[in-house]
Amino acid sequence: MHIGIDVGGTNTDAVLMDGRTTLAGVKNSTSSDVTSGIVAAIEALRERHSFEGSDISAVMIGTTHFINALVEARRLAPTAAVRLGLPATAALPPLVDWPDTLLEAIHAKSYLAHGGYEFDGRPISPLDPEELRGIATDMAANGIRSVAVSSVFSPVNHDLEVQAAQILAEVLGDSVAISLSHEIGRIGILERENATIINAALRELAGEIVDGLTAAVRAQGITAPIFLSQNDGTLMDEDYVRQYPVATFASGPTNSMRGAAQTSGLATCAVIDVGGTTADIGLLINGFPRETANEVKVAGIRTNFRMPDVLSLGIGGGSIVDPETAEVGPESVGYRLSTEALVFGGSTLTATDIAVAAGRANVGDASKVAHLDPQLVQRVLDRIAERVSEAVDRMRTSPEPLPVVAVGGGSILLPDELRLFGAVHRPENYAVANAIGASIAQVGGEIDKVYAVEPGRREETIADVRAEAVNKAIAAGAAPESVSIVDFDEVPIPYLPGNATRIRVKAVGDLDMNTGARA
Amino acid sequence: MSWQLHAEDLSDLARGATLLGTGGGGDPYIGQKLVERVLGERSITVWDPEDVPADALVIPTAQMGAPTVMVEKIPAGTEPTLALRTLEEHLGRTAQATMPIECGGINSMIPLIVAAETGLPVVDADGMGRAFPELSMETFAVYGVHGSPLALAGERGERVIIDTGDDDQQMEWLARGVTIRLGGVGHIAEYAMSGDQVRATAVPRTLSMALNLGRAIREARERHEDPFEAIATALAPTLYSHVRELFRGKVADVERRTTEGFARGRAIIESPGGEQLEIDFQNENLMARRDGAVVAIVPDLICVVDAETAEPITTEGLRYGQRVRVLGISTPELMRTPEALATFGPAAFGLSEPFVPVES
Repeated sequence: MHIGIDVGGTNTDAVLMDGRTTLAGVKNSTSSDVTSGIVAAIEALRERHSFEGSDISAVMIGTTHFINALVEARRLAPTAAVRLGLPATAALPPLVDWPDTLLEAIHAKSYLAHGGYEFDGRPISPLDPEELRGIATDMAANGIRSVAVSSVFSPVNHDLEVQAAQILAEVLGDSVAISLSHEIGRIGILERENATIINAALRELAGEIVDGLTAAVRAQGITAPIFLSQNDGTLMDEDYVRQYPVATFASGPTNSMRGAAQTSGLATCAVIDVGGTTADIGLLINGFPRETANEVKVAGIRTNFRMPDVLSLGIGGGSIVDPETAEVGPESVGYRLSTEALVFGGSTLTATDIAVAAGRANVGDASKVAHLDPQLVQRVLDRIAERVSEAVDRMRTSPEPLPVVAVGGGSILLPDELRLFGAVHRPENYAVANAIGASIAQVGGEIDKVYAVEPGRREETIADVRAEAVNKAIAAGAAPESVSIVDFDEVPIPYLPGNATRIRVKAVGDLDMNTGARA
Repeated sequence: MSWQLHAEDLSDLARGATLLGTGGGGDPYIGQKLVERVLGERSITVWDPEDVPADALVIPTAQMGAPTVMVEKIPAGTEPTLALRTLEEHLGRTAQATMPIECGGINSMIPLIVAAETGLPVVDADGMGRAFPELSMETFAVYGVHGSPLALAGERGERVIIDTGDDDQQMEWLARGVTIRLGGVGHIAEYAMSGDQVRATAVPRTLSMALNLGRAIREARERHEDPFEAIATALAPTLYSHVRELFRGKVADVERRTTEGFARGRAIIESPGGEQLEIDFQNENLMARRDGAVVAIVPDLICVVDAETAEPITTEGLRYGQRVRVLGISTPELMRTPEALATFGPAAFGLSEPFVPVES
């Protein structure tokens, strides 16, 4: 058996799983401290389905702690950013585009140093150890406790980032954490560097949270390994979280989508999660969310994290309905649904009232919506179906048939058949889909680099990169026979000689529960 | 009439420049950040082409190379002005103004860095009237002002002068070679000319047009008005006065390949009724065909924009499923003469279809 827990902003959901079967699922309010919410969730599971601590082989946790810490600018470490690239890049030093509140919250220091590579691997300038020692001394004098190192074209060659980290560590000592950009982001130095600085600022908090989670789980008599969900739906172990907390940022929507897919038995599908205010639509391909291709702003900072590509429509159970136009949302009564909707004795016509009037839902007092014109009800439902159908169509990447899975409390608004897509799948346990998503035990390895592909060696180069990704997944704890390539992308870079090509490969396999993750 | 450009105008200018990039030209974001850093609270003086003194020396500035490199190896910041100073030194004369060679994409921003740094005014004109892939595709060259001598600068203070006489294609070829050695991006000063030559060879008022377009789209969105009407209104008083919606639909297929250093490919846009528009691109959009018939072709502007927001979409950003509108925008007469078409018309891109004005 294993346990999946999803700590959201409002609710903490937990499931007890036996393989892919859900034995029990519970929903609790999220607590302000890390520990008590986890304890409450595990105890609630135990009440539903008793188990011994030794029965549990793994605990998987998805959490919004880290992204919330950034958004709220709380509990961030004093952080410095060093970029290797002089004389290039001086025009826009690190942290150039950060909001002032965050700069203050991390007591930010920004440094430029020599180093870095050209696109083809030639050095821009040699590393200057004296310069770096001087920078480290200044950091120490300024009370810096975490450092982000970036280097121009480190996705092509990262050895200077590693060397610089060694030199900085010699001066700063082991207590200062160092995050390297090539391990965190991809081409696009400002965005990669920003992601690295965010990661650095979260390193101390990561230690506290992992300690808290571990203590809570151990206190329940569970000795099994603990994993956290990453943005892409794969797992990372405790040590990895301590080093790369930023990788948890978008695990919420990812877990919800993967949970929906798992409960419906579909690996490639569109998932529509209809809540109170929005309908969030995402795409799963081979069990993993399609990710955004462009930069993403997090707390006002431009980054290039791999985030699930989610399209939000202002349609939810609490959406306000205009009785004239039959248009729904984007305004919503939100959490006041239980007092403001007509069926609950309120005076606002909401999407939930329409669902009740149409006989699709049985909540509140149906007699309070009996007066609604059936034609209006139908028009509203048709309009919702049309907009959702168009949005799903917008998200898909090919005209191939695509199954659609609906989850969330507001999914009663959706028809059983959606134009262009056919039947809408409605899995059981959809209320705790995100905890189920967290419990899916897979680990992965990803390579995203620029290669100079020699003429006639394209196939060979690609094979090498694929093998590298597979090895990375195995190193992360995947059972070797289960690893497969789930994503491959090859983009030639225009205006450059030597067939400079950006190759991205992702390999994923099932977590080897016997040995656990090692990454 | 001269006017002042401020840092808060740059987002609008970037949006307009992306639209005029017709799918290419490179993301102006980094360029915009570079200008903001140097400019601060000050402003840049923009000269109307009519106001440039007859014998004033105008030295256009730009960057060339791979936009992908620019997002990784950010400039030192000194390069564009160093290129200008190098050309001044070579010519033994001092520039009174700088100017864009290309109003689409990132090259709308580079002369602004120079202007912010040196205090020189920028001339409200350019030599492409949009974005093109090569330095030789300039109205300047078409009407007798050649690119040479060209000064090229790198971030280590490297300076190169290339002088190929009247052969602008050879200049482009050599400069591109040096750019590769510099790491994929170089900053250049070229096509030095007098005020009179600006009036005779440049596409006038394209900087203000880009700014007005970007502003019109944003303001229409803020007021919940139709951004497409706003685009048409902004273009009406310019030399690009005809704008036509060529098609409305969703991206049904995108096919890309990179050959000879260019991102070539084809996008299919499909209407709800099943009709198709086919767009051929080489960095920029070159030709749009409906049922095999050409509806717009280079040098006229073929702009793919978001169907709701009118945000321009680059060829790199095209994805299956996007709801888009395709706009055809007419170009000024000086971009459509036989000499101009020989330099950057359909044949210059290997297309056998003749040029047909988008409004006809």
